[in-house]
Amino acid sequence: MTKDKITNDSFKTQEYFVNMGPQHPATHGVLRLILTIDGEIIKNIEPDLGYIHRSIEKMCERDSYQQIVHLTDRMDYLSSHINNHAVCLTVEKSLELEVTDRVKVIRTIIDELTRIASHTLWWGVMGMDVGALTTYFLAFRDREMINDIFEETCGARLTMNYNIPGGLMNDIHPNFIKRVKEFLVHFRKKLPEYDSLLTNNVIFQKRTKGVGILSYKDAISYGVSGPVARGSGYSSDVRKIHSYAAYDKVNFDEVLFTEGDTLSRYKVRIAEMWESMKIIEQLIDNIPEGDISVPTKAVIKLPKGEFYQKVETARGELGVYINSTGTKNPYRMKFRSPGLSNLNALNQMVVGGKIGDLVATMASLDIVVPDIDR
Amino acid sequence: MTNEELQNKIASINNSLEFTEEASEFLNITVNKDDLHKLCTDLKSDTDLSFDYLFCMTGIDYGKELGVIYHLESIKHRHQIVVKVKTEDRENPVLDSVTDVWKTAEFNEMEIFDFFGVKFNNHPNLKRLFLTPDWNGFPLRKDYVDVDNIVIK
Repeated sequence: MTKDKITNDSFKTQEYFVNMGPQHPATHGVLRLILTIDGEIIKNIEPDLGYIHRSIEKMCERDSYQQIVHLTDRMDYLSSHINNHAVCLTVEKSLELEVTDRVKVIRTIIDELTRIASHTLWWGVMGMDVGALTTYFLAFRDREMINDIFEETCGARLTMNYNIPGGLMNDIHPNFIKRVKEFLVHFRKKLPEYDSLLTNNVIFQKRTKGVGILSYKDAISYGVSGPVARGSGYSSDVRKIHSYAAYDKVNFDEVLFTEGDTLSRYKVRIAEMWESMKIIEQLIDNIPEGDISVPTKAVIKLPKGEFYQKVETARGELGVYINSTGTKNPYRMKFRSPGLSNLNALNQMVVGGKIGDLVATMASLDIVVPDIDR
Repeated sequence: MTNEELQNKIASINNSLEFTEEASEFLNITVNKDDLHKLCTDLKSDTDLSFDYLFCMTGIDYGKELGVIYHLESIKHRHQIVVKVKTEDRENPVLDSVTDVWKTAEFNEMEIFDFFGVKFNNHPNLKRLFLTPDWNGFPLRKDYVDVDNIVIK
């Protein structure tokens, strides 16, 4: 019997369904994927969402603008400071409120620290997903230093609430500059270890190279953003294109890789951590003097109209849309979450691949489920 | 292109459109719901416009009407516009899907169907995205009442 004959006649294959999640370690939170598979080959993926949907957009219609800032922490909790920043920028834009340079610079530094913290955690989890547990502990060692800085200045480690419309809640801690510099010295020595431990590892390369490819054209059509888009060579950095805060005053490069596979998305994030350090180094010695907030009214009423602002979080483009009728609450508030669009493209990346590749590709998307579920 | 140039260019494609710039930084285009799909295809395929990036898609309840707002950007030219479409039918609102123009619309349209009850023609897989299939009503509509889960003080 020839080889072809065996596969065709002796074995009958059949498609079947497998549930991945909602309590699966590789789905990073309560995301359930319904996989249609044939043997080990994935035929279709259908995400089942909503396990932690809190309807933040509906709650916003009830709350004042100061209260809304606090709700946004709970969306993408790994870039909570950047989420707060987005809402504050939208409110300031609509009120035509110009914040001081000091506020802009401090916000930028903390945004970039948040990005490094988020990317280090992602790196640890990415390693763990492909079977390297050590990365998880190394990542937490470095992330801990940033969390300590945040704790001192903002009073919190995860949900910061440091931004308020018009400025910052309080000034930076006297130790802030010293601690950030210590961290930069530490992290410049440690980041090359990330490469030698994981990036250049042969097993890791085999698991990620050429896996989960998203083409440039599909990247645009699916509206992906952040490192996922830049891994496909699609220049999408909001910090460059629609600059905000102090990003127009600093020199940094937008990282682009053109392969579109899991490894290139991985490399984008590693390179972005170097760029973030570059931004912080340019600003940390040049924090201008000035007020930390511009006084606003106790009850903020936005003028009638529609306002939109986008920022670059660690996961991609976060958009805030406010439709105001001139009252103290928004008439309609919408958050354009980067995670939803990135997850939408997952089907395109993994169909035809194997289940093991799905886990690696999911890790390279860096999904935070509360950001999708909002 | 500036908003004015965009307006002239888009008006030459379809002359039944309504343009406003009032209280918004973008050029707002209101389109009849029957012309929506044609307009979206033209906006994407025209080389001077090439709106290939749908960066935000919002459902909205105006009280009397239900609407969908499309925020569009061109990767090449970096200009942005807003397309708005409304339907007065609250019982059975139906719009054309734009998933064949921008694939990112797939999940966004499912979300709008979930929260506003707007159905989309030709959507590949239209169902509730977040809520359970047996959920009653559409929670982000202004007239939504949920006696079990929402306490009104």
